[in-house]
Amino acid sequence: MSKPKKKTGMSSLERTTRRWWPLFLGPVTAAFIIGFVWPFIQGIYLSFCKFKTTSDAQFIGLGNYVNAFQDASFRHAFWFTALFAIVSLVIINVLAFLIAYLLTQGIRGSNLFRTVFFAPNLIGGIVLGYIWSMIFDGILSRFGTSILLNTRLGFWGLIILVCWQQIGYMMIIYIAGLQNVPGDMLEAAKIDGASKLQTLFKVTIPNVMPSITICMFLSLTNGFKLFDQNLALTAGQPIAIQAGGVSVKTTEMLALNIYNTFYNSNAAAQGTAQAKAVVFFVLVAALGLMQLAFTRSKEVQQ
Amino acid sequence: MNEKKMRTLSAERRHKKIMTVVMAIVCILWVMPVIMVVLNSFKFNTFVKTDTFALPTGEMWAGVQNFVKGMTFGNYPFWKSALYSVMITLLSTALILLCCSMAGWFIARVNSIFCKILYFLCVFSMVVPFQMVMFTLSKTADTLRLNTPWTIPIVYLGFGAGLAIFMFVGFAKSIPLEIEEAAAIDGCGPLRTFFQIVVPMLRPTMISVGILEIMWVWNDYLLPYLVLDINEYRTIPIHIQYLKGSYGTVDLGATMALILLAIIPVIVFYLACQKYIIKGVAAGAVKG
Amino acid sequence: MKKRLFILALCLVMVVSLLAGCGGDKSTTENQGEDTETASGSVYWLNFKPESDEVLQQVAQMYTEKTGVPVKVVTAASGTYSQTLTSEMDKSAPPTLFNIGNMEGVKTWSDYALDLNGTAIANELNTDAYNLYDENGKLCSIGYCYECYGIIVNPDLLEQAGYSLDDIKNFDGLKAVAEDIHARAGELGFDAFTSNDMDPSSSWRYTGHMINLEYYYDQEGTTWTECPATISGNYVDNFRNLYDLCVENSLVARSELATGGHDAENEFKTGKAVFFVQGSWEWSAVSESVPNATMIPYYCGVEGEEKAGLNCGTENCWAINAKASEADQQATMDFMVWCVTDPEASRMLVDTFGVMPYKSAAESTNGFLAVANEYASDGCYVMNWATNFQPNVDAYREVFVSALNQYNADPTDANWETVRTAIVDGWATQYQAVNG
Repeated sequence: MSKPKKKTGMSSLERTTRRWWPLFLGPVTAAFIIGFVWPFIQGIYLSFCKFKTTSDAQFIGLGNYVNAFQDASFRHAFWFTALFAIVSLVIINVLAFLIAYLLTQGIRGSNLFRTVFFAPNLIGGIVLGYIWSMIFDGILSRFGTSILLNTRLGFWGLIILVCWQQIGYMMIIYIAGLQNVPGDMLEAAKIDGASKLQTLFKVTIPNVMPSITICMFLSLTNGFKLFDQNLALTAGQPIAIQAGGVSVKTTEMLALNIYNTFYNSNAAAQGTAQAKAVVFFVLVAALGLMQLAFTRSKEVQQ
Repeated sequence: MNEKKMRTLSAERRHKKIMTVVMAIVCILWVMPVIMVVLNSFKFNTFVKTDTFALPTGEMWAGVQNFVKGMTFGNYPFWKSALYSVMITLLSTALILLCCSMAGWFIARVNSIFCKILYFLCVFSMVVPFQMVMFTLSKTADTLRLNTPWTIPIVYLGFGAGLAIFMFVGFAKSIPLEIEEAAAIDGCGPLRTFFQIVVPMLRPTMISVGILEIMWVWNDYLLPYLVLDINEYRTIPIHIQYLKGSYGTVDLGATMALILLAIIPVIVFYLACQKYIIKGVAAGAVKG
Repeated sequence: MKKRLFILALCLVMVVSLLAGCGGDKSTTENQGEDTETASGSVYWLNFKPESDEVLQQVAQMYTEKTGVPVKVVTAASGTYSQTLTSEMDKSAPPTLFNIGNMEGVKTWSDYALDLNGTAIANELNTDAYNLYDENGKLCSIGYCYECYGIIVNPDLLEQAGYSLDDIKNFDGLKAVAEDIHARAGELGFDAFTSNDMDPSSSWRYTGHMINLEYYYDQEGTTWTECPATISGNYVDNFRNLYDLCVENSLVARSELATGGHDAENEFKTGKAVFFVQGSWEWSAVSESVPNATMIPYYCGVEGEEKAGLNCGTENCWAINAKASEADQQATMDFMVWCVTDPEASRMLVDTFGVMPYKSAAESTNGFLAVANEYASDGCYVMNWATNFQPNVDAYREVFVSALNQYNADPTDANWETVRTAIVDGWATQYQAVNG
């Protein structure tokens, strides 16, 4: 909108505003450099170094990356995380959409239900982990087992936990999308004698596609970045011990794997951990860029 | 024809009633975990595991003992961690709102290379996971003594600026220039223009960003855990995670009491600002 | 022009206010640093034993009140000591006094450890047995207390069940007694062993203590002086003997141990069980309710074990940060000497630690350490703490615990093989991880 104006040259308003940049941008820039830019650059550099503390880094090239990819626990964490992200994506989105759809049908108490479904989203991951480990313990101890003893239980435990936490969030986005479906299109479909199911698939879903894209990517990246819940619920347990003494924490996801490599061992593996973190960043950033590309292309079509 | 319409209408009404009942049941199940926390926070430790789903009656009833015990549980007073949590959340959110709204408006109005780079970096920072910078950030923060509840907001401003600036730029761009131009003609400097004219218009975005930041900072575990001087300052999530790691038997009853105390303010906040929270989430998600 | 100046001034105000909190804080801490450096330095003790935190805080406060030297005691949460040490050492005000409890610690931290040979604190020692040297003979850390562990026994209950300590002189004796008591638990009103939880609050009793019998006998009469790259695992089955005996004949079923939540100490204190796998530091907690509590060795079916004594050693060794300022080092040294010579302070410390191997420290009142000495003077062999050599200790034990949990869920021989892998192969793996 304002672009053509700018092309004709700087407005006087812009010129006067411009001089104030140290005030408007200074604090953010300073904090941004401290909190993001510098740690990021240093992080990239350190991934090529051997170090125990940041002050004694020694450049060693790609060795850390080789170690990272050779690490069985990292590879396991990757597949576990990918599986987790996809399963949680499907379940969360199907259920969230279903609930959102039902709550926009004008049934009584919709607002109250919406409030209740969203509520768990406000509880932090650590607290969530404790709440659910109490519940799972209460159930599973009856069967003489525990969420810490069985990888499969750990996986589904985590899925249940994130579903409880995130369905409400996605539901809000879906409700916003559903409320934007043009009423006359629904009306027209009704007049044409379309069944409810037909209306849903032919009219409603195409119209909420933007919300669907957003929710899919959100739950995918959330799944990949999951940390607090993983730490508090299973902490990676149980550990599988392979012949030869190599051990793998079977419910450890990528973020926790990186954290454990950094802090939970005496082995001089900080370099490897930083290399893993860079790989992780590339992965998550790729997902983010994909989302951007997706939403952009949608916008163009519209 | 008319009768048929009536019939479908009444069928639809019945249908809706059934849906209400079904949803009500699902909702009750949905809040069960929180109810379990409430129940178990009144039980003696040993019953939390064996009788998780029972009402705290008879010999299980521990009264407020768990809460009393929980206050000093883990060699760290709970009220202190609650205080630090509130402080950090409010300070960080205020700082982010102030600095990022200014920066966002400025970036939207001024067309310079520096603004473009900063904006690009902000968008970029949104896709960087915390694990990427956690080691170096905690070191940098410590060197600069940003490890106290009074200074950690600067770290939050730095690491959390991305989304806030992104949202403010997006909204500021949609504000018509004419009002600001009129103000400028009346002799308003940019600072006055911003605070007297732009800020009131930014209010809805301010609320959305504020809600998102509050939810993030309040629940954040890893950043404060790595950055804060953990021996002196703990936030609620850190405090709760610490309970697991201490020697001796973990008192599950007291843990549940603490968890209840930790989620009560969240529930109050939610019920009070529900409308804004839901709006804020929707806005943040659509943009982010 | 005026406007520009105004803008500049405003920016300055902004930046200053942004850094106000930080700046203010910085200046105060810096001032503190300056003051103390010119005066007498300060002490920052990173303690690794959560259970002694309370007493250490009191002692620190006492010292500060007496001398004005600030002493800060910080305790790492259980299982996070090495992690905390790593991050604290990287900070601007690192610990001046910290713990190097084993040879692995010496390897990792010897650069940071001041040579204590011939220092004031070393001259106060009455034995060299608990000191740790690096390969160049540098005295990296110095024991400030030692401990013993084994199986705590309630002799009164044993008598009620119709037995005496003389019936338990080897594994067969222990097994007969324990199994009989367990079988009659309903009638007796107490069981043989207390619960044996495998959650982090209690699993170290097995993965950090009981497993010592395997390592001890694995040394085959010698004593390790550094971490071996591999262990033979010849005595893993003896460990299984004792572990199974404890778990099978206890108050709590095997399948419930993984998540924990039981209170073994309380079970022992309230007379619900005869045997309690623990160490000398439990004396202060237990002696009030069971004043004649005693301790027996880990009998596990090894030949000649009638001559076994208790497991004695320490992980409690002070090291002074070599990279701290000289004033801080001196202040730390003064504090340490005061801890082992001041009657009041050493009394408090001895009561929590059990015993301190220093000439002028208070006398020990710990009944379990007295038992350990009796065994030794009866000519029994002391089992040294070979567990101190566990490589990459937190990771090693974590895997070990997980294997035991799987075994407890389904106690088959196949699952025991996994435990063996965790103990033996895990040792080699972790040794490689640390020593590359």
